[in-house]
Amino acid sequence: MDAAHELVFRARGISKVYRMGEVEVHALRGVDLDLRAGELVVLLGPSGSGKSTLLNILGGLDTPTSGHVWYHGKDLVDADDAQLTLFRREHIGFVFQFYNLIPSLTARENVAIVTEISTAPMKPEEALRLVGLGERLDHFPAQLSGGEQQRVAIARAIAKRPAVLLCDEPTGALDSGTGVRVLEAIETVNQDLGTTTIVITHNADIARMAHRVLHLADGRIAREHHNEAPIAARELRW
Amino acid sequence: MKALSRKALRDLWHLRSQALAIALVIAGGIANLVMSQATLRSLEATRDRYYAEQNFADAWVALKRAPESVAERLAAIDGIARVETRVVAAGNLAVEGFDAPIRAQVLSLPGPGIESPLNRVRVEAGRLPTSGVGNEVLVSEAFAKAQGLRPGSTFRATIHGRAHTLVVVGTARSPEFVYQIAPGATFPDFRRYAVLWMDRRAIESALDMDGAFNQASFRFAPGARTAETLAAIDAVVDRYGGLDAITRKDQLSNRFLEQEFRQLGTMAWLFPTIFLSVAAFLINVVVTRLVGMQRDQIAILKAFGYGPGAIAGHYALVVALIASVGTLIGVAGGVVLGHWLSGVYMQFYRFPYLAFSLDETVVMTGFAVTLAASLAGAALAVTRAAGLPPAEAMRPPAPERYRPSLIERLPGFGRLGQPTRIIVRQIERRPYKALLSVVGLALACAIVMIGRFQNDAIDWMVDVQFRLAQRNDLGVNFVEPVGRAALGELAGLPGVERVEPFRYVPVVLRNGTRAQRTAIEGLPPDGILKRPVNRDLRAAPIPDAGLLMTDQLGEILGVRPGDTIEVQVLEGRRRTVVLPVVGFASEYIGVQGYMALDALNRALGDGDVVGGARLLVEADARDAVERRLEARPRVAGLGVRELEIRNVYESIGESMLTFTFVALLLGIVINFGVVYNAARVALSERGRELASLRVLGFTRGEVGYILLGELALLVALAIPLGFLIGNGLVWYMSSQLTSDLFRIPVVIRPGTYALAASAMVVSALLSALVVRQRIARLDLIEVLKTRE
Ligand SMILES: Nc1ncnc2c1ncn2[C@@H]1O[C@H](COP(=O)(O)OP(=O)(O)OP(=O)(O)O)[C@@H](O)[C@H]1O
Ligand SMILES: [Mg+2]
Repeated sequence: MDAAHELVFRARGISKVYRMGEVEVHALRGVDLDLRAGELVVLLGPSGSGKSTLLNILGGLDTPTSGHVWYHGKDLVDADDAQLTLFRREHIGFVFQFYNLIPSLTARENVAIVTEISTAPMKPEEALRLVGLGERLDHFPAQLSGGEQQRVAIARAIAKRPAVLLCDEPTGALDSGTGVRVLEAIETVNQDLGTTTIVITHNADIARMAHRVLHLADGRIAREHHNEAPIAARELRW
Repeated sequence: MKALSRKALRDLWHLRSQALAIALVIAGGIANLVMSQATLRSLEATRDRYYAEQNFADAWVALKRAPESVAERLAAIDGIARVETRVVAAGNLAVEGFDAPIRAQVLSLPGPGIESPLNRVRVEAGRLPTSGVGNEVLVSEAFAKAQGLRPGSTFRATIHGRAHTLVVVGTARSPEFVYQIAPGATFPDFRRYAVLWMDRRAIESALDMDGAFNQASFRFAPGARTAETLAAIDAVVDRYGGLDAITRKDQLSNRFLEQEFRQLGTMAWLFPTIFLSVAAFLINVVVTRLVGMQRDQIAILKAFGYGPGAIAGHYALVVALIASVGTLIGVAGGVVLGHWLSGVYMQFYRFPYLAFSLDETVVMTGFAVTLAASLAGAALAVTRAAGLPPAEAMRPPAPERYRPSLIERLPGFGRLGQPTRIIVRQIERRPYKALLSVVGLALACAIVMIGRFQNDAIDWMVDVQFRLAQRNDLGVNFVEPVGRAALGELAGLPGVERVEPFRYVPVVLRNGTRAQRTAIEGLPPDGILKRPVNRDLRAAPIPDAGLLMTDQLGEILGVRPGDTIEVQVLEGRRRTVVLPVVGFASEYIGVQGYMALDALNRALGDGDVVGGARLLVEADARDAVERRLEARPRVAGLGVRELEIRNVYESIGESMLTFTFVALLLGIVINFGVVYNAARVALSERGRELASLRVLGFTRGEVGYILLGELALLVALAIPLGFLIGNGLVWYMSSQLTSDLFRIPVVIRPGTYALAASAMVVSALLSALVVRQRIARLDLIEVLKTRE
C-alpha cells in the first residue's frame, strides 16, 4: 500500500481509560494510526492489550477518553450519538468473535436486517453466496455450524458494501479448516470490493495474509511491519 | 415484512405462553370495560328510545279523587304542554293453581280517541281491551310470563273490596314499569306482583269514581321550569287530596334505572384499572428480562446503525402486540359478557328490546389505555435497551452482587438449609419486584372476594331484615286505616299466636330546604314482631313520643337526635306537624321513620286506627290463615315471610352465581399471569444456576423448591394482603352502591375468605405444575454450554 491510496482513518493520541470504582484501567495509552483505502490490516497482541477497544473506537461503537480519530477528515470525537449511528450505518461492517447473529432470524433475514437500512446494498442472497452460503438462506442460526454462522456474520457485514470491515477475532471460535474458509471470505471482500479491512486475531499465522501487521501491547502499538508478499488465505495452516 | 418486525413476531412467539398469560390479564380488564360500558350504553340507548316511543311522561301527580274538569285547570298551568288523567287502584289477584297472594296495580287505559297518549302501553300479545267491556284486561308481560297467562286466560281479582273475574286479552309493557317492583318491596317478584290495564269506565265503576280521576300524567312544555310547574300542580290538586307531584327523577322505575346506571359507571373503571395495573407490572417483568437476554442483539443492531429510536420501537412493538392480542380477546369476551349482563338486566328491567350497541370509542379508548399502561410498564426496560452503549452491550452483564442482608443477621438464619437461603436472598435482592408480585397476587385474591361480595351482603341483609328486624310470618295491609277491633278479629283466627298493629303513613319530611318523601311507620313500643335496629344490630327502641328515623334519612335531611323536623302528612287530614327527632335506626333498603303508633295517631288527629297487622302463626295453620285473609275485602295486601325470603334468592340467585364464577375466573387469570410469569422469568434468569445445582447432585425436587418455594412464599404473603385489599374494595363498592334506595352492608363471610384463599392456592399450584415440567426438562449440558 502506498500513499497514493486515500487516507481512510487517521488516529492521533487515542487513549481510553476505564474507571471501575477506585481502579483505573488504561486500555489504550496514546495510539497513532493511519489506515488507507483497500488495506488489509491484522492486529495482533496479548489478551487485554486493547485490541477490541481500538477497533470499537474506530468503528464508532465507543469514544476515546482523549485523542482524535478522523474518518475521511471528519473527527469522530466530535460526533454525537446520532451521528455515530449514522456513521456506522453508512460506512462500517462489523464481525465479532461470537458471531452475534440474531437467533430468531434466518440467515437471509440476519443479512436483510442490515441491508434494509442501507443506501446501496447487495441483495442478502448475493452476500450469502459471496461467503459460500447460497444454499443455507432459510436456516436459523441454531441450524448452522459455527463456521457457517460466522460466514453469515461476514455476509451481514459486507452486504451493505461498507467502506470499512472491522473483524474482532472472526476465527477465534473456529477450527482451522473452517477458519480458513471464513478468512477467504474476508479476503474476497477486501480484494473484490476494495473494502478497507482490520482483522483482530491471536493467531500470528493469520498475519501472513495481511498487507500490514500491527502489534499491540499494553495499550500501545509496539511494532508494525509490512508484508511485501501477503499469501492467499487458502494457503494458511495453523 | 421488515426483518426487525419479523424478529418482534418471532420473539413474541418464543414468549407466547408468558405473553398469553399477560394478554389474558389485559383481556380481563378490557372485557370488564367493554362489558360494563356496552351494557351501560345499550341500556341507556334502549331506555331513551323506549321512553320516546312510548311517550313517557315528564311528571305525575296522585290524588284522592278529582272531577275530570280539574284536568283543564292543570292543562292551563304555565309550563304544562299536556295532561292526561287516569284512575289507578290497588288490587289482589288469585290465579288458579297458585296459592300465594298476588298484589296488583290496576291502571285505566286512555280512551280510544287519544292520539299517542302519554305512557303508552306496548301490547306484546293479544289486543287492547274493548272499550265498554268491563272484564277485559291487559296484563304486564312479566307477570303473564311468570304465571303462564295468555290471551284467553282468566283469573279472579279483588279491586276496592269487590270481586271480579277478569279475562286476559293481551300482554303489555309500559315505560312506567320497566322496573316492576311492588311499592315497599326489596326485589321484583313477577309472580306475586302484577300491573293490569283496564278500560277506564270499568275501573271507574269498580272504584265508584265515575267522571273522576285519581292520577294525572304531564308532558312539560319546552323550557318549562320544573320547580315552579310542580308547585303549580300541587296547588291545584291540594284540595283533591293530592300528594306532591313528582318528576321522572322520583318515578320509582326510572329511579331504579338511574341508580343502576350510576353503579355500572363505577364498575366500568374499577376493574379495568386493577387488571391493567397488574398487566403493566407483568409486562415490566417480562420485557426487562427480554431486554436483559438480548443485550448482545441490541448491541449488534446498534453496531450496524440502528438508532435508539428503532430499538425502542422494536420492543414497543412487542409490547403493543401483546396489548393488541389482549384487547382483541378482551373485546370479544366483553361483547359476550356484555350480552350476558344485558340479558341479566333485561330480566329485571322489562324493556321490550335491547338496542345493543358497542361503541367503537369504547373499544378505541380501551385499546389506547391498555397500550399506554403496557408501554408505561415496559418504559424503563425499553429506555434502558435504547440507551445501551453498543460496546458495553457486547459483554455479559457483571455478576449481580449479593450482600449479607438484614434477615441474614437475624438469629436462626444460619440454621436454614442452603436452598432456603437462596430463596431469601433472591427475594431480598429484588424487594420491589417481590413486593409488586405480592400486590398483584393480592389483587387477584381481592377480585375473587368481590365476586362473592353481593352474595354475602344479601345473605346478611336477609338475615337482618327477616330474622332480626322483622319476625312475623304474615303481614296484612288493610285497604284503609281501620279501628283496633280488626286486631281482635285477626287474633281470633285459629293458629294465630300474636298480632301486632302497624300504620304506614306517607309523608314529606322537611328540614329547612332539605326534603324527602318517605313514610312513617307507627309501631307498638313493646312489639316484638318488627323492631328497628341500629348499626350494631341492637334493637333501637321505639320512643313514646318523637320520631326515630333511619340514619340515612337523617343524613339526607341533615338532622341529628335532638333536632326537630317538619312532617307533612300526605293522607287523611293532611296535617303538617313538627316533631322531635329522638334517635336513629339503620336499614339497608329504603329510608323511613318510626313512631309509637299512639303518638302517630295523635299527631295525625285520626283517632285510634291501624293500617295493618303483623302476625305470628303456627306453622301448620299458616296456609289456612292466608286463605281466609285473602278472601277478606278489606285486606289489600298480604306478605308471607317465607315467600319473601325465597323470592330474594330466586330472583337474583342465578345471576349472582354467574358473577361469582366470572370473578373467580378473573382472579385465576391474574394469579396465573403473575405466578407463571414470575416462574418463567426466574427459570430463564437462573436456569444456569439451577442446572449447576443439578450437576452438583441436587435433586429435581430440591431445585424445584428453590424456584417455586420463592413463589409459594409470595403467594402466602399475598393472601392476607389480598384479604385486606378485598375488604377495602368491598367497602368502596358498598359506598358506591349506597343510595337513598339502599345501603349495602360491608360483610365478608368466612366462606368468602376460604374461597379466595383456595383460588389462590389452587391456581398457584397449577402454574407451578406447568413450570415444573420445564424444570424437569432442564438440559444440563446445554445450559452450562451456552453463554449468557
Ligand atoms: N467496559 C470496560 N470496563 C472496564 N475495563 C474494561 C472495559 N472494557 C475493556 N476493559 C479493559 O481494558 C483492557 C483492554 O480491553 P480489550 O477488550 O480492548 O482487550 P483485547 O486486547 O481485546 O483483549 P482480548 O484479546 O482478550 O479480547 C482490558 O484490561 C480490559 O479489562
Ligand atoms: Mg478483544
